[in-house]
Amino acid sequence: MKHVKTINHANLKESAVKGGCGECQASCQSACKTSCTVANQKCERKQK
Amino acid sequence: MIHKYQLNGYYIVLDVNSGAVHLVDKLFYDLLDDVDEAHLTEHCPQQIVDKWSGCYPEADIRETYAEIVSLHQADQLFSVDDYDRFAKMMTPSPVKAMCLHIAHDCNLRCQYCFADTGEYMGHRQLMSFEVGKAAIDYLINHSQGRHNLELDFFGGEPLMNFDVVKQVVEYARAQEKPHNKLFRFTITTNGVLLDDDKIDFINREMSNVVLSIDGRREVNDRVRARVDGRGCYDTIMPKFQKLEKARRNGAFDQYYVRGTFTRYNKDFAEDVLHLNEMGFDQISVEPVVADPSAPYALTEEDLPEVFAEYERLANIMIERAGTEKEFNFFHFMIDLDQGPCAIKRLRGCGCGNEYVAVTPDGDVYPCHQFVGHDDWKMGNVFDQSLDQERKAQFAAATVYGKEECRHCWAKFYCSGGCNANSMQYRGDILKPHTLSCELEKKRVECAIMIKAALAEQA
Repeated sequence: MKHVKTINHANLKESAVKGGCGECQASCQSACKTSCTVANQKCERKQK
Repeated sequence: MIHKYQLNGYYIVLDVNSGAVHLVDKLFYDLLDDVDEAHLTEHCPQQIVDKWSGCYPEADIRETYAEIVSLHQADQLFSVDDYDRFAKMMTPSPVKAMCLHIAHDCNLRCQYCFADTGEYMGHRQLMSFEVGKAAIDYLINHSQGRHNLELDFFGGEPLMNFDVVKQVVEYARAQEKPHNKLFRFTITTNGVLLDDDKIDFINREMSNVVLSIDGRREVNDRVRARVDGRGCYDTIMPKFQKLEKARRNGAFDQYYVRGTFTRYNKDFAEDVLHLNEMGFDQISVEPVVADPSAPYALTEEDLPEVFAEYERLANIMIERAGTEKEFNFFHFMIDLDQGPCAIKRLRGCGCGNEYVAVTPDGDVYPCHQFVGHDDWKMGNVFDQSLDQERKAQFAAATVYGKEECRHCWAKFYCSGGCNANSMQYRGDILKPHTLSCELEKKRVECAIMIKAALAEQA
């Protein structure tokens, strides 16, 4: 496409179906403690 | 739902429900204002061509419109919101993360401390090993099938009770094999009491360590003072440097130097850069959350300056990417491809559901920020009690359980914000703290712009 460049693989919906194992880190255990930040956490599954 | 914005010369379009991020040209950006999301026709409506033909060639308008339709058909633009069915499935989860208040006491008197300078509206108290041991048993018992368990030693200042920290770690490690669990320990410290022995233990046992310092000496010492009013920068900086250096060769490499910025230092990018100059490359500097009447509090009127500073910081990070001066800023960390799953994003921080805090008395609260608010007490580690009704209330506090969040473009990035801030400043865990929302949205925009810039450079 000439007018748009998609910079990621949109997989959020797919991850809703396959995700939810609950093994990933609670966000407040990383560095925030006062401001919730979830999108920067890592997925614990090696392959989604 | 889409969100489009211009930043640093980039035209960026987020497709909220699919998570797609598009870098577009101005024509594409402009055309989106006139596209009817609900009735997207195959061919470009004549009124759109007529509207923009004075600015762009007609062929380009039609070509761009076709690209919009094509992305929509691929479910990457105006994608359907079908998350409600997942949100309705959110039930209470096993408890797998615990904030252990090993010391309700502190050797600093930071002005903005949410923990009442360590006392949490109670009295100064250190946790006994007996309570720590019962807390480990409690976590194992309530974790059901979860394998990875997280335990953060928190305070007050946890180094004031370090012998018990060591005992609790030793006890928990001994429980891993029999219960098929893996403990990940973290500790949050102001560094005043750090010595070689503690550095060695922390680097050996703690998968993450959070080192509290606000940045430049004058900024740090103005708000992070000792009991007698003296600043702590000169004491803690060399200790933090020593810990970080020793950590490079250890089993765990994760750490953050973590600061708070206030109305006193709205030029907080300078503090981030200072921390980097001092040798740290994992940096978190967060906005203070405080009553607006506090002299250091950030308010609505500070937002333009804070936003400009986030943009300045983002640009510096782009300039430094790939160089020796590259650093990581916690709130700009974002993985657009392999980040947390949508279920995690819907669920939010997990407090009161999969994450709890335990006081020196063994009382259980939804999280560290609820401690001291007696109405929110959820149980006690000695009788294994856990208020299931309260737990269900927090399990339901998903992005889709919060009316303002479900209609927000940033919902899958911030995941509903901090429930404790919502409770404290709006009286309801389902009503997000508006100022924090504005700051978070700006950070997400900057973080994605950085990704876009780096993608362009590549």
